[in-house]
Amino acid sequence: MNMTTHNTENTLRSVPPRNAGVHALARGLGFFSLALGLAELAMPRRVARVAEMGEPDDAGGLRHLAGQTPLPSSQTVVRAYGLREVGVGAGLLATADPEPWVWGRVAGDLLDIATVALAPRRRSLFGRSGGSRTGTLVALVAVTALDLYCAEALRRERMARQARPHDWSGRSGFPQGTEATRGAASDFEVPADMRTPELLRPWKQGQGQGRVG
Amino acid sequence: MKALCWRGKHDVRYETVPDPVIEEPRDAIIKMSCCAICGSDLHLFDGFMPTMKSGDILGHEFMGEVVEVGKGNSKLKVGDRVVVPFTICCGECEQCRRGNFSVCERSNRNKDMAEKMFGHTTAGLFGYSHLTGGYPGGQAEYVRVPYADVTPVKIPDGLSDEQVLFLGDIFPTGWQAAVACDIQPTDTVAVWGAGPVGQFCIRSAVLLGARQVVCIDNVPERLAMATAGGAITINFDDESVLERLKELTQGKGPEKCIDAVGLEAHATRSIDSMYDRAKQAVMLETDRPHVLREMIYVCRPAGVLSIPGVYGGIIDKLPIGALMNKGLTVRTGQTHVNRWTDDLLRRIQEGQIDPSFVITHQVSLADGPEMYKTFRDKHDGCIKVVMKP
Repeated sequence: MNMTTHNTENTLRSVPPRNAGVHALARGLGFFSLALGLAELAMPRRVARVAEMGEPDDAGGLRHLAGQTPLPSSQTVVRAYGLREVGVGAGLLATADPEPWVWGRVAGDLLDIATVALAPRRRSLFGRSGGSRTGTLVALVAVTALDLYCAEALRRERMARQARPHDWSGRSGFPQGTEATRGAASDFEVPADMRTPELLRPWKQGQGQGRVG
Repeated sequence: MKALCWRGKHDVRYETVPDPVIEEPRDAIIKMSCCAICGSDLHLFDGFMPTMKSGDILGHEFMGEVVEVGKGNSKLKVGDRVVVPFTICCGECEQCRRGNFSVCERSNRNKDMAEKMFGHTTAGLFGYSHLTGGYPGGQAEYVRVPYADVTPVKIPDGLSDEQVLFLGDIFPTGWQAAVACDIQPTDTVAVWGAGPVGQFCIRSAVLLGARQVVCIDNVPERLAMATAGGAITINFDDESVLERLKELTQGKGPEKCIDAVGLEAHATRSIDSMYDRAKQAVMLETDRPHVLREMIYVCRPAGVLSIPGVYGGIIDKLPIGALMNKGLTVRTGQTHVNRWTDDLLRRIQEGQIDPSFVITHQVSLADGPEMYKTFRDKHDGCIKVVMKP
């Protein structure tokens, strides 16, 4: 794009392009967050099963006997994470500046990875959980990489924009200076249909008697 | 010829379209030399104005050279350099004779549509939906100008396109908004919005001798330009507009308030703006009147509210009680451009003002679609985009 500025004051040197692809990716991540969050809220047991997250029942019981607070169940954790995802997704879709929300996703990804990796293994009657912890972790790492790429691209775009001079503080528009121009058009006669109504003009003693209703 | 065409919400394209032809004896064809994207074009871009059709040519700020004149047009001749006001006026109807050119009774080809929407017709406008006549706009290599023996303003030699282009819209719009305030030397004038029209409201209020001009926005580079023009600025992200305005007026409020924002107010931190966005999302409200509410609340009793910002339909929760009990005067309307152009052209010639200060981007017409987004998003310090063929 061939772009120049007319005014020589504070001339723009170049134009930082808006990376439409990255903004579209951020929006896509917003929809993904929203969908995942709703799934986690609606089907926490299934999500926990896919991630091979077991219940800390035994440990919880022992902690309870020891007078400690039991660990939350995997379903509670999944629901809480679902709320987080819905919030981030809504934020990403509503905002004009997705960067902080995408960094929020990156933080959430790390939390997800830690949670899945450290959760007790799910046990089932037949020795199969119906999910794959390794698969879940691979998927989480892949999503984290995508989030990191998006966040970094948005950060670079922001830095590029901030690095450019958009200083219009020399653009008065008054060739003779602002203060010298103040009131230069006071010779202008305001048309009758745009004057302050007589009723609202400064009132003088004895003027307009009977106006006050 | 090439033109920028509206193809739907957020979809403007640089396309080949048929050349315009003389349709009426008073017409002229203008070869565009310079045009601009107006803030109100963004209302079309964002899909807020009804009655747009796919393929409509956009643009109502343009100027150029006369290349063809109808048989009934004795004012213009081929080769004349003209700025074309965005309001098309016949010059003969009752409203035009009163100087109310923006409500010309004859120039809107779709009067029925306008009467259904507004109760009465308003003037035809270039490139601004079929509600205002469906006239092809000026973001094109050639433009047909109806009533060209009245509407266009001839430009004398010695002035650049950039100096006079804005005589067609934003300069007279800012001027009319300030004139409608009937500014007194003791007045504080508060201007909401530091976009192009807001910038001209500020310059006009300074020219007309306001004691103090205050500008409210949240875009730093726009506020910097407002400061350069003589305004005290309030960044509504950083401080309370109401408290700061009270502080600047010893608790009394500004005598004159100008809404240069219109229907797409972007305030986000107030309950009423969240309410507006929610209602707009479910189509229970067309416009977001946060600025109107704030102006009514903060304006000094017996003050004036001047509204050059464009509104399109229905608003909600307007504090009519405050408006009435405070005895505020409201003046609004599209700009009666031709009423002010001679005087403003003289002021440019005399060097009182150089309107080109507001231009931040000059591009070719082909780059227009991308610049709509840049302008809409206020990226790259964008305040005013000018395009050439």
